[in-house]
Amino acid sequence: MHFAQGLKMAFKSIRSNKLRSILTMLGVIIGVGSVIALVGIGQGTSKQIEEQVQSLGTNLLTVNILGRGVTSTLAYEEAVQFAGIEGVEYAAPYNSNNATLKYGTAGAGVNVIGTNADYFPLRGYELAAGRFITQIDLDFHQKVAVLGSATAEELFGSENPVGEYVRINGVRYKVVGLLAEKGSSALGSNDELAVIPLTTAERMFRSKGVRSVYIQAESMDALDAVQAEVEARLAKIFRNGDDAYRVFNQADMLETAASVSGTLSLALGGIAGISLLVGGIGIMNIMLVSVTERTREIGIRKAIGAKKRDILMQFLIESVTISALGGLLGVGLGLAAGRAVSSLVKIDVVHSADMIALSMGFSILIGVVFGMYPANKAANLKPIDALRFE
Amino acid sequence: MMDGKTDRPLVRVEQVSKEYAMGGEVLKALNGVSLTVGYGEFVAIIGPSGSGKSTLMNILGCLDTPTSGKYWLEGEEVSRLPENRLAEIRNRKIGFIFQNFNLLPKLTALENVELPLIYRGMKGAERRERAMEALRKVGLADRTRHRPAELSGGQQQRVAIARALAGSPPVLLGDEPTGALDSKTSGEVMELMLELNREGHTIILITHNMDVADQAKRIVRIADGVLDEGGGAACISPRD
Repeated sequence: MHFAQGLKMAFKSIRSNKLRSILTMLGVIIGVGSVIALVGIGQGTSKQIEEQVQSLGTNLLTVNILGRGVTSTLAYEEAVQFAGIEGVEYAAPYNSNNATLKYGTAGAGVNVIGTNADYFPLRGYELAAGRFITQIDLDFHQKVAVLGSATAEELFGSENPVGEYVRINGVRYKVVGLLAEKGSSALGSNDELAVIPLTTAERMFRSKGVRSVYIQAESMDALDAVQAEVEARLAKIFRNGDDAYRVFNQADMLETAASVSGTLSLALGGIAGISLLVGGIGIMNIMLVSVTERTREIGIRKAIGAKKRDILMQFLIESVTISALGGLLGVGLGLAAGRAVSSLVKIDVVHSADMIALSMGFSILIGVVFGMYPANKAANLKPIDALRFE
Repeated sequence: MMDGKTDRPLVRVEQVSKEYAMGGEVLKALNGVSLTVGYGEFVAIIGPSGSGKSTLMNILGCLDTPTSGKYWLEGEEVSRLPENRLAEIRNRKIGFIFQNFNLLPKLTALENVELPLIYRGMKGAERRERAMEALRKVGLADRTRHRPAELSGGQQQRVAIARALAGSPPVLLGDEPTGALDSKTSGEVMELMLELNREGHTIILITHNMDVADQAKRIVRIADGVLDEGGGAACISPRD
């Protein structure tokens, strides 16, 4: 018997039991579909994070104060001194807090960032109207705010907010600037925020000191020296407290992002493996039922000259066809689900051909592995016993 | 069909026994059976149920192997062959006609007839041609696309005969081929088999029906696993 003939037989058998075949495939369809969709989302997200991290500039250091140990905070005055380190272009200490902004009856819950003037060029913000926060605002604890474009739109609609007053947690702030739209990233929207002077924020949120500092070096080459100096200074400030702060550079962040997405992929792979295993067991179950049901057919085929191998191939091709078809439908489902998710949640979904090929290959393998036992059972039936079977 | 092979018997069974272990006891279904069938013969093996005729049929059809004794089919000793070889022999040398037709219900008449040729590895066009020819021979050329369920009992049995003929095997084995048919269609099927015999096909029938056996050229009785052969149909007196 030829392979093409076996394929024809398999399709005939699958077609004549449509509902059952589809139910049998369902395990593989869902397994493969979820893998394709989830891995697509995972890869899309990590690609976005990577782009985001790179868009911050490759010569950026981030200092996070974790608040452990005897000395738990970094004073603003200490933080701005990082700007004086040789090779540093900008140093922007910042705190961020969630707060409610109100303008008239309109309100919005946004991220309020307390920082200094260096923050804007460092993060790549541009002005749409008004001005940024300046050093004088910090020195005099001015209650002024610069709004992100999305926040401004939510509160003011299409009006120009510059010169108006908003209430941040009930305190009046003058809007002095409006940021140009920057778009969103995997870390969230860049336009839903309000920026106020750091010193004002310390009072307003009753938290002395800064929790994070962005430091941008003048060049990639200067980064290592800058990092060493920053770490030396931090070590002096936080005596016996290595745990109290952490300094990330760009490479560290990319590495972290990669390890996160690696872990994510591994977890997804595990889920995929389990669901495909379940799907495979489903296939084996149905194939066993099918062999019993078709005992007589097997007997007839053997009586008129089918060899063991013919029967084995027939049932094996059938189970592989079911699993491969399930895999194919699963790929379709996964691509569709990925597309639906990306259009609903504005997440990039990246499908790799490798992943699709791998899950197709895996579903075919499932068909072979779980089809082998039933097929072998069918092939080993004795023709006279099988013919007598009612 | 007839060729120069008549000097060698088509079927030669010698001292064949078949034993089954049943609940600790050994049941002898066949006890030292010997039988020779030449090319072009029409033999009826007749016996009551439990006489061992189905066992003999299974052994003649290479569906089962004897416990002891020898069986030559076209000069080849087949009683000790491995399963795959037996499958090949069933495919090439034996055409089965079963009591309950044993057609595959999901295949059309033509596909059913093609089946043995598929297992022979024959290519599509030639296979269809041979299958069509076999269906034409049994008078069902206009029913090729029907499934068994859409055919009458007599037509189904004729499809089964076409399937047995398609591979042009040297011997047709019928196991109560008219057992599931009414007397009119059963007469038609017998007529067809006689016609095939006249064309040169060797036919071995198993039956418990004397009227069917009477139409054969040669009758062999079987009872309690032992064969009892008279000279020919004329020598056997009707049972009832």
